Amino acid sequence: MKILVPVKRVIDYNVKPRVKLDGTGVDLANVKMSMNPFDEIAVEEAIRLKEKGAASEIVVVSVGVQKAQETLRTALAMGADRAILIQTDAEVEPLGVAKLLKAVMDEEQPGIVLLGKQAIDDDCNQTGQMLAALSGRPQGTFASKVEVEGERLEVTREVDGGLETVSLALPAIVTTDLRLNEPRYASLPNIMKAKSKPLAQKTPADYGVDIAARLTTLKVTEPARREAGIKVGSVDELVARLKDLGVAA
Amino acid sequence: MSVLVLIEQEGGSIKDASLATVTAARQLGEVHALVAGAGASQAAQAAAQIQGVAKVLVADDAAYAHMLPENVAPLIVSLMASHDALLCNATSVGKNVAPRVAALLDVMQVSDILSVEGADTFTRPIYAGNAIATVKSSDAKKVLTVRGTAFAKASASGGSASVEAVSGPADAGLSRFVGEETSASERPELTSAKIIVSGGRALGSSDEFHRLIDPLADKLGAAVGASRAAVDAGYAPNDYQVGQTGKIVAPEVYVAVGISGAIQHLAGMKDSKTIVAINKDEDAPIFQVADLGLVGDLFQIVPELTQTL
Repeated sequence: MKILVPVKRVIDYNVKPRVKLDGTGVDLANVKMSMNPFDEIAVEEAIRLKEKGAASEIVVVSVGVQKAQETLRTALAMGADRAILIQTDAEVEPLGVAKLLKAVMDEEQPGIVLLGKQAIDDDCNQTGQMLAALSGRPQGTFASKVEVEGERLEVTREVDGGLETVSLALPAIVTTDLRLNEPRYASLPNIMKAKSKPLAQKTPADYGVDIAARLTTLKVTEPARREAGIKVGSVDELVARLKDLGVAA
Repeated sequence: MSVLVLIEQEGGSIKDASLATVTAARQLGEVHALVAGAGASQAAQAAAQIQGVAKVLVADDAAYAHMLPENVAPLIVSLMASHDALLCNATSVGKNVAPRVAALLDVMQVSDILSVEGADTFTRPIYAGNAIATVKSSDAKKVLTVRGTAFAKASASGGSASVEAVSGPADAGLSRFVGEETSASERPELTSAKIIVSGGRALGSSDEFHRLIDPLADKLGAAVGASRAAVDAGYAPNDYQVGQTGKIVAPEVYVAVGISGAIQHLAGMKDSKTIVAINKDEDAPIFQVADLGLVGDLFQIVPELTQTL
């Protein structure tokens, strides 16, 4: 079984994003970029499924600028087998990405598509669910455990009240949550090896997909700031204040 | 404009998040509430009481139990022929179902809206709440998820909507609910609690987390939360997680114990009315948003606080 893992190049998790002064967006010039953390978890899970013998090949795909190649090489260094870059300088919305991924699914016929539950830049949390809809396949979102059970996939999901387990007919779409696994670091020899793994270059036009944006961003602002309050000196003082608030009797 | 709201309910009572979503929906047009699942009729009666709901659509069918998106999405799509917008809660149910509906309708969803600025314009957080975007949708129909803490809850009583039975496609046979593990707790639910006590990585272990945080929460009648760092370290289960990747909360009082205040945690709790922070590092970012701060050793302070209260 083949596993398809879409990955996105985003601002590094440790960088604090700064809103541009003209209100058009977030300043990404000279900012460190990395693989979306949830996508890293997806790559790791695909590799673990392959190591367990449940998968035979891992194909990673990214939609984005030419530099997204680096993100794909990172996935290859972790252990993916080959990569596809659908190159575009346009900002593609989740609906457009899902349409492109559907076209890749038609070509590659994967048994599982594993992707991050959301990207940490636009925080949309949509692409996996949209891909499942467009391909007419079931979805196991926010996964904390994934197990292949014959012709089906058992997915344990992080839900608001705790955990929920669903059984999905394969092929299926899975989106990852934080606790699914801890991604490995690529070793130096594997980074070297990744350089010679195949990476196919495509464009959205190759798939005949319209990626025109449906949403227009009118402005981007900083969130309202909250003023710092006071520091109290002791537990007794804290309790007195809480009593004033009506919290403590 | 007629607006469909996917209602979430448990045992016939409407979830708070859905009451907030009704408020958002009222800003767009006439609100129709969809209640789906086996035995949904009882909840439909409750939905009919929500102030501002004009009509309740009830799909009483086992295929929609557990809100499996493979079955619920086609039902909603069939109803969207006569609606202009779909609003779901930005909860694990809404986030699962809404994008599936949006893609089937060829609509780009607007996730996690904070405000309705007009019929097609909304604000939403991006970059873990570090920025707020105002976006305008050009799609003919709108699909939105709503951040519950950003809208007042509609009153759960006083309404008198008509109730109409609807049906949709049968079980798609793609997915099956196997089971669930819910954290059974006597404490209030995190997203609707009036008081929350949250613990961070400074607690140091799962044992210490429960030894210190649980009694304080119980003394205050509070729900228990945790930072992502505490969850990642295994001190608390994931459904305790407050933050951009966990739950978004806005209680009357939020007590942060041993939480430094990473931006992604602040994104999940900074709309709380009063924030209390206990931390040994006086420069911790949590103090920049806290109304009441106490600098010191939590292992001393928390038991003393629990004792004194």
